[in-house]
Formats: sequence, C-alpha cells, structure tokens
Amino acid sequence: MTVDLVIDKNLLLPRLKFHTQNEALTYLADQLYKQGKVKAEYRAAILKREDEYPTGLPSTKPAVAIPHADYNLVNETSLAVGTLEQPISFHNMEDVKSTLDVEIIIMMAISEPHGQVEMLQRIVSLIQNEELRKKILDATTSDQLQQLITPILLTNELKEN
Amino acid sequence: MIRILVACGNGIATSTVVASKIKGFLVSKGVQAETTQTKLMEVPGKIQDYDLLVTTGEFSGQTKGVPYVKGMPLLTGIGAEQTLNEIYDITQKK
Repeated sequence: MTVDLVIDKNLLLPRLKFHTQNEALTYLADQLYKQGKVKAEYRAAILKREDEYPTGLPSTKPAVAIPHADYNLVNETSLAVGTLEQPISFHNMEDVKSTLDVEIIIMMAISEPHGQVEMLQRIVSLIQNEELRKKILDATTSDQLQQLITPILLTNELKEN
Repeated sequence: MIRILVACGNGIATSTVVASKIKGFLVSKGVQAETTQTKLMEVPGKIQDYDLLVTTGEFSGQTKGVPYVKGMPLLTGIGAEQTLNEIYDITQKK
C-alpha cells in the first residue's frame, strides 16, 4: 500500500481569519468536502467529535490541533492544514478542562481504520518539530505550505523521537 | 506476554501512533507485548483483561487496579522518553 500522500494545494490554507473554533473547523471541513475527500456529514461529525474528545495538543508555540472524525465519512485519506492569523482556543486533549491557544489546525481525514500508521507517524513527526511548526505558521501562501509539508509526508525515513 | 490497552477518542487515530511507538520501544527492549486499540468510552468494559492502560485523551474512569500511563508525550514528543521508561518499568513488575 502506498503511504505517500499528496496534498492538494486547495487544502493548504495560510493565515485564516477566524474567531471561533466552530468557524475554523467548519471552513476546513467544507474545503475537504469541496475537494471530494469527505462526505457531507463529515462537518457535523468533526464538530461533535471535537466537543466530546478535544484535539488540542499541548506543546510549545505554535500549538497544533488535529481534529478528525469517523473514517466511514471519508472518501479518500487527506489532510487540510490551516494556519490562523490569531490563535483560537481549543480544549486540551489530555486535560479537557484546560484550553490551548492553537495556531495550526491539521484536519485529518482518514479513510481506513488501520494501515495509516506511517502517515499518522509522519504527521506526528511534524507536530514534534517546533522549528517546522514556526515555519508553517510564517508561511503566507499555499505554495510555501506545500513546500514545507510535502517532504515530511513523502519522506521514506521516519524520524523517531 | 504483556497486554496493553491503548485508548483514544475513536480508537483509530492517535492510539495507532501511540500503540506503534510503544510496540517499537518494547521490542527494542526485548519485551513481548501486544497492544489493543479501543475507544476511551469502551475502556471500563475491557480494562480488566489488560496489564496496562495507555490513553491519549482524558480518562477519568476507574482502572480497576490496572496501571495507567498517559500517552500524550508519545504524540507531542515532550517527555516521551520518561513515558516509555515508565511503561517499561510496569512491564518488568508484571
């Protein structure tokens, strides 16, 4: 099975201006839907899921959230990445009563319940790379985001932490 | 054989990464272990069959005496080594 994931530039969205989590999640889910990656119900599932099991990850700045929803609402495994001009408050996955100022949202649309280990590990290696996160946040165009993110998702050598 | 239950919101995404990191680490230490992924809400009904629980979301339920380690460091990388050592120590007490 191929694990290379080529991200559509239409799904790499820098410097978004949103004030609430719902606005940002709705927008990103809609972009995935427009590109045919997910079913119409995915948006509602993302919002519900974030409410029940938040996906803000505690880290140094800039913090990342990884919203995702049920695989049976996904047509094709994909990612939508949005960076935020102003941080948005997300609940902490590990401690749901606390909140984090999230500046990068990586919405994961995963179409298979298993067998996506490598892709997930690559996303995690991106999340663990503070320098890369800063560069992603600084990117102003979809092209720049693609140049930063694609090598991570295509690399053959997984970086272990 | 050490049985490890790894739980996250839907038992698919973050638990996949965490389970894979735990397995890789324990293999390198020569520890025989098997991981099972599940949803956080299904933990209470399954926990009694396992030697260790690791979660990436918040779990506030009872673990019925089963040791519990928070898996978030394995996702963020912050404190990952300490978490893996904690897991290793538990496998050695079993």
